[in-house]
Amino acid sequence: MSSTANRPPGNEPVIEFRQVSFRLNGGQELLKAVSFRVQSGETLVLLGRSGAGKTTALKLINRLLEPSSGAVLIEGRSTIAWDAIALRRHIGYVIQEIGLFPHFTVERNIAVVPRLEGWTEDRTRARVKELLEMVGLNPTEFAKRYPHELSGGQRQRVGVARALAADPPILLMDEPFGALDPLTRGEVQREFQALEQRLKKTVVIVTHHVSESLALGTRIGLMEAGKLAAIYTPKEFLESTEPVTAAYVEHLRMHEGIKGGE
Amino acid sequence: MSLLEYFLRHQREILQATVEHVWLVGVTMVLSVAIGVPLGILVTRRPWLSRPILGGANIAETIPSLALFGFLLPVPWLGGRADRLAIVALTLYALLPIIRNTSAGITGVDAAVREAARGMGMTDGQILIQVELPLSLSTVLAGVRVATVLTIGIATIAAAVGAGGLGEFIFRGLAMVNNQLILAGAIPAALLALGADFLLGTLERRLRPGR
Repeated sequence: MSSTANRPPGNEPVIEFRQVSFRLNGGQELLKAVSFRVQSGETLVLLGRSGAGKTTALKLINRLLEPSSGAVLIEGRSTIAWDAIALRRHIGYVIQEIGLFPHFTVERNIAVVPRLEGWTEDRTRARVKELLEMVGLNPTEFAKRYPHELSGGQRQRVGVARALAADPPILLMDEPFGALDPLTRGEVQREFQALEQRLKKTVVIVTHHVSESLALGTRIGLMEAGKLAAIYTPKEFLESTEPVTAAYVEHLRMHEGIKGGE
Repeated sequence: MSLLEYFLRHQREILQATVEHVWLVGVTMVLSVAIGVPLGILVTRRPWLSRPILGGANIAETIPSLALFGFLLPVPWLGGRADRLAIVALTLYALLPIIRNTSAGITGVDAAVREAARGMGMTDGQILIQVELPLSLSTVLAGVRVATVLTIGIATIAAAVGAGGLGEFIFRGLAMVNNQLILAGAIPAALLALGADFLLGTLERRLRPGR
């Protein structure tokens, strides 16, 4: 994590929000003039309570939503200028376990994007095997199973493998470990951390778990009511005297166990 | 003379009428699936079409079947051939359950699954073919099952315009006040309906996605 945090400044950001607002057709503003940059290899965690606009921000990155004003730039180009399909295949997307296709086996779920991209059977099969091993699932045991035959943690691992299938440089994760029990959650988080250190993807994670933010983020963006209140490194986050941030840290010390200070 | 003897004596006519009946229903179902499934899909893609399409199919459903056959009689291309007329009328009846179940099945696909598909870069067509249709297949088939059973029943009335089928016996039996003749049409028709219901129901359970 230190190697990516110390990356020299001045690189072109992989993801950039420039004064991005998003309002629903009805007029309710879900995101208000949000600006931030994510450099290559960074993991930005968007932390905040439900309805703070985290998921909206995430969906603006792969153009599931389009900004009402301002611009979202991916590798320097506005999402509006990208071909939406090409952009999405360039970005891995992990949502809660439910996003696996229930009628596809694990193998086919992981192979979705490679198939869309027209990979050969052999290349796809080899990639699926590689990915399953990478996320710690035995290919011979799991490839032919259906999602409902997996535990929550296994489904989550498959979700990560699926998002990584075509080796996209960017990874978006929306509450990726949300539906897991605390023990499995910690386990999958640690695995993901190790994976990320190897793969050096540019990652944006949405969560409302403080400990998860501190464990996975190279930076933490705190969102409040559609605004990006502040961006911290994990160290700054723990030391902040900002009332909201301090409240999160306090909550962390009380409920999620003291993990800070490292 | 017992009913069984009666059936045995007339088995050739009964069998022939049954074959006619199955043919009428079969052609109707092929047509109504070919028209109803695309319309059901269209309704999910263009929600503003939902009212005219479902409304139209609903109205067709409320016209008494005997009256519908009568209404179609003067229509040029239809009036000339009874089986053609019968198939068009039956198709109008069969459409509603198929359109409704197709659109309900697709709309019922988990929003998170659809969003995942979109987020992974599937086009609308790919989402439809690879995700939405497979996941709604059992619901679509339930609509086909309802429509088939309905059509087997209504097809007996097609005999009134001379389209043949098992209704022949029923109408003749009614005219001659002969119960055995009525049953010679009614029992095979009921058995056909039960058989179709069972077969399609089994298929539907097989195709139900997940667990």
